[in-house]
Amino acid sequence: MAKKVLVLAESRDGALRNVSFEAIAAAKEISGGGEVFAVLCGDSVQSLATELIHYGADRVITAENEKLANYTPDGYFQTLKQIIDDESPEAIVFGHTSLGKDLSPRLAARLESGLISDVTGLEQAGENTVFTRPVYSGKAFEKKLISDGLVFVTIRPNNIAPLEKDESRSGDVTSVSVDIKDLRTIVKEVVRKASTGVDLAEAKIIVAGGRGVKSEDGFKPLQELADVLGAAVGASRGACDADYCDYSLQIGQTGKVVTPDLYIACGISGAIQHLAGMSNSKVIVAINKDPEASIFSVADYGIVGDLFEVVPLLTEEFKKVLV
Amino acid sequence: MNIFVILKRTFDTEEKISVSNNKISEDSAEFIINPYDEYAIEEAITLKDAHGGTVTVVTVGDEDSEKELRTALAMGADQAVLISNEDLDSQDQFTTSSVLAAYFKDKEYDIILGGNVAIDNGTGQVGPRLAELLDIPHVTTITKIEINGTTVNIERDVEGDLEKIETSLPLLVTAQQGLNEPRYPSLPGIMKAKKKPLETLELDDLDIDEDEVEAKTKTVEVYLPPKKEAGKILSGETPEQVKELVSLLRNEAKVI
Repeated sequence: MAKKVLVLAESRDGALRNVSFEAIAAAKEISGGGEVFAVLCGDSVQSLATELIHYGADRVITAENEKLANYTPDGYFQTLKQIIDDESPEAIVFGHTSLGKDLSPRLAARLESGLISDVTGLEQAGENTVFTRPVYSGKAFEKKLISDGLVFVTIRPNNIAPLEKDESRSGDVTSVSVDIKDLRTIVKEVVRKASTGVDLAEAKIIVAGGRGVKSEDGFKPLQELADVLGAAVGASRGACDADYCDYSLQIGQTGKVVTPDLYIACGISGAIQHLAGMSNSKVIVAINKDPEASIFSVADYGIVGDLFEVVPLLTEEFKKVLV
Repeated sequence: MNIFVILKRTFDTEEKISVSNNKISEDSAEFIINPYDEYAIEEAITLKDAHGGTVTVVTVGDEDSEKELRTALAMGADQAVLISNEDLDSQDQFTTSSVLAAYFKDKEYDIILGGNVAIDNGTGQVGPRLAELLDIPHVTTITKIEINGTTVNIERDVEGDLEKIETSLPLLVTAQQGLNEPRYPSLPGIMKAKKKPLETLELDDLDIDEDEVEAKTKTVEVYLPPKKEAGKILSGETPEQVKELVSLLRNEAKVI
């Protein structure tokens, strides 16, 4: 049965996020030939709308309001609720991003609907779409469905392929004005800490350090490698607990669960909690002095050696081939 | 100040997972308080120390969850509530938040704390869902909180960046790593916990009709990821290994 599907698109630093294109692809599949429309909120987002159509959205609704400049649960909730009431979508797709995780449960509660979070794959089974998602941070997977009522999901970045961008696609862009009432939470300030601006959850390549990095300074060669590759830097719990880096970098069962195309583990022994957070990465490289380290059991390629020797050589080699 | 913590009993992070009959096998598994909920308990106790009041820990679970509630009492919570889920045929985040909302309906609360996600199902839904059902604001993934009167200043982790938020009580927050360092229960704490009140509630006590909180989602299959085949350990002098690795990543794995 063809469904009408709403996709919440997100932008960051004036550009659309990849996960929004992935969400459109997921929505297309859920729609079964129905209509996919994207919603874009912010203080100035009009210029980004057509790109969503190039990636497959049938039309775009923009909501511009100065109160939407920063994400707040109330501002976005009121906007989305108004659009949902007007449009009555049968399915909703968000990215499983900071924003998506914060807003989707609140909206699902109001809509009295189920919500399947952190979806990594989907398939059609008769009338229903069946969604795959990791449990126990990827130690196992489950397949879930919402058999009646609104189908509401959030999709994990980097797992569902976006459609090919096609500039010949066309569709309507309309704007709605929203009357946003009082915001109960106010964003006073955003302090940028993510050094490269590459977010761990969406990064295609991650360079991660463990106890073997030995100090805060020890992360420098990893950062240099990451810069050459356009990668994000992550860490194991050991490195965070030892104060070599901020907890926001932690990857693992507590911390972030990531699935990049390439994961380069440097001086990480591979505790089960860390493996849970990264072992579903497409390609894993392990660099460790200890040939017995359990990180090698999940690695596609391993180098037994000192990271302080290997990583700078790797940076030099990539510099040569990537010019 | 009336401080509440919602917590969940989960598998120990050390546990390997096995599947039987399309379910995660719980045989001989060790259980713990969900690690993110521990941060919430610690912060609740810290807030009580600063502002006075009572810390109540609440869970929806089976009778075994009493163990985790006792641990929270041993850390310093004052009282515990176990809402039994044994009459529920199916339970998802819609169910849990609806049950909790029924519990909180006639309670006076200034702040409700929880973990930002449970490490088992990993949805992070129950906190914000509950806040909506109670019609109070929520702030997720917090790393710092200061309360002055009814004004609340919060720092939260947003994908590595730090967001400073101003809001007010009553409020629901979910804890992110970095918020604090949860204490271990002390021996006197453990002794005292045995005498602290622990109330068990059935769904009937909360006037909940099981059909009305029936799960909205259905799990059709649970499975383990395919085992990874052993990878290639490179050999030779380090510079050669590095050259080979770069070539493999470009030509074989094609990820660069």
